[in-house]
Amino acid sequence: MTINEIQDEIIEDFELFDDWEGKYEYIIDLGKKLPELAEEHKQDENIIKGCQSVVWLHAYEEGGKVFYEADSQAIIVKGLVSMLTKVLSGQPAEEIMKADLYFIDKVGLASHLAQTRSNGLVAMLKQMKNYALAFTSKEATTK
Amino acid sequence: MSQININKVREQFPILHQEVNGKPLVYFDNAATTQKPQVVIDALSGYYSGYNANIHRGIHYLAEKATSAFEASRKSIQEFLNAPSSDEIIFTYGTTDGINLISNTYGRAFLSEGDEIIISTMEHHSNIVPWQMLCEEKGCVLKVIPISDDGELLMDEYHQMLSEKTKIVSVVYASNALGTINPVKEIIDAAHSVGAVAIIDAAQATSHIKIDVQSLDVDFICFSAHKLYGPTGMGALFGKRELLEKMPPWRGGGEMIKEVSFDKTTYNEIPYKFEAGTPNIADVVALKTALEYVNELGLENISAYEQELLAYATDRLEAIEGLKIVGKAREKVSVISFVMDGIHPQDIGVLLDQQGIAIRTGHHCTQPLMQRFGIVGTSRASFAVYNTKEEVDLLVEGLAKVKRFLL
Ligand SMILES: Cc1ncc(COP(=O)(O)O)c(C=O)c1O
Repeated sequence: MTINEIQDEIIEDFELFDDWEGKYEYIIDLGKKLPELAEEHKQDENIIKGCQSVVWLHAYEEGGKVFYEADSQAIIVKGLVSMLTKVLSGQPAEEIMKADLYFIDKVGLASHLAQTRSNGLVAMLKQMKNYALAFTSKEATTK
Repeated sequence: MSQININKVREQFPILHQEVNGKPLVYFDNAATTQKPQVVIDALSGYYSGYNANIHRGIHYLAEKATSAFEASRKSIQEFLNAPSSDEIIFTYGTTDGINLISNTYGRAFLSEGDEIIISTMEHHSNIVPWQMLCEEKGCVLKVIPISDDGELLMDEYHQMLSEKTKIVSVVYASNALGTINPVKEIIDAAHSVGAVAIIDAAQATSHIKIDVQSLDVDFICFSAHKLYGPTGMGALFGKRELLEKMPPWRGGGEMIKEVSFDKTTYNEIPYKFEAGTPNIADVVALKTALEYVNELGLENISAYEQELLAYATDRLEAIEGLKIVGKAREKVSVISFVMDGIHPQDIGVLLDQQGIAIRTGHHCTQPLMQRFGIVGTSRASFAVYNTKEEVDLLVEGLAKVKRFLL
């Protein structure tokens, strides 16, 4: 599936919820289901610091596609992190770099991402794109 | 029973009467900043709509009026703290600015290599970092008073730390993260016994505890207006005259000078020596109104009522399974910090916010203190005079819901 197809699917999922409780149960559930990041990847260089909770982001490239694994101490952030990786992981680097993540607004989570100081999500998104950029430029030089 | 009519008090705070996420707002983040009563809001707009002018320099009507209101506010702070004179009150951006002023003037002028500065484990970053910067520059040594598991200073250890090398002791009056009220009089007297200067961070104290700088015999005390029902981004510093007079100025510019030439500049008298540039006149003026508001309710009445809330909330929260209160000092201001087994504080904060309840989660700008307790942070509810037991009940219900969601 493309980035936008996955986004549209998430938006559809959220349309089922008419109150905050359903929405948060869904996010918390995603957080609980996201596998813990392997200890070897929980190194300092993979840390994205929010003011309140730590997010770890590990990225690798395989066959021109970028894969992400991530984790957080806080379960709601972990749920949000899970959504971001679901949308971007396994996509071609060029697509990731130009991706417009409209689902965040559509599902009413923009305010979470706006709290830059209290969670590392904005920084995480930026870092995901940076990895994609790094992988494409590496490719360009090795070609 | 409380002397305060809470319904009447609540009417005076317009911001409280709104819904957040479809629920009536419960504001329990008062240690971060208190809300403002209508009189303070009116004082701000009254200044701008009635007598805005630059102070101390104009000779016209508005300038005179603004200058007298500005200086009247200084006088009201003098009375609030029972300072000997209003020259000893310096306007600042707040507590942080006050501590930085002291470290950049007194600290840089009078401390040298090997001198010791004592702070405590429960300091806010604003009473840690300025001293670390000074230590780095001057080669001074920072010493830290340890605390007990209940969150009280280990006073014996403090007394043993003191020596003729101690030049500054700077300690928080009431902890923003734990609520602990420290024995500041004993701390100050002990500092003086070795010839050190005593500084008190009163950011969390002014809205709960009557402060008398003369009976405390404190050398410097700093506070922020915004934690005292006043405007944000301003506060004041009290310093003893003999210290302020011998301290060099910090920021240079207009207002703080007597005469300027390219060969030599002479500085103004205190307090103006430390107030370079056009100050925050509107907020200074409104702080006076905030102090009048507090005086009218009576600090002892406010505090008695808050202590009732604190006791009630402590009982109710302690009854929640898996919840632990962090900070169990015998004397506390109305701050409750807690952790819940298996739940990250940020998740608590987000889910309470969905229910219209504003608390603070995280490290509260006291990271070394969190390290002392081996935790990433806490959730903190802090109460002001307009809070109610019914709101505490909502918090308890909210937390039950948080547990249902997360466990
Ligand atoms: C104990 C304590 N000290 C200092 C400060 C800093 O105050 P301000 O940010 O107003 O300078 C605070 C505010 O959070 C505080 O709680």
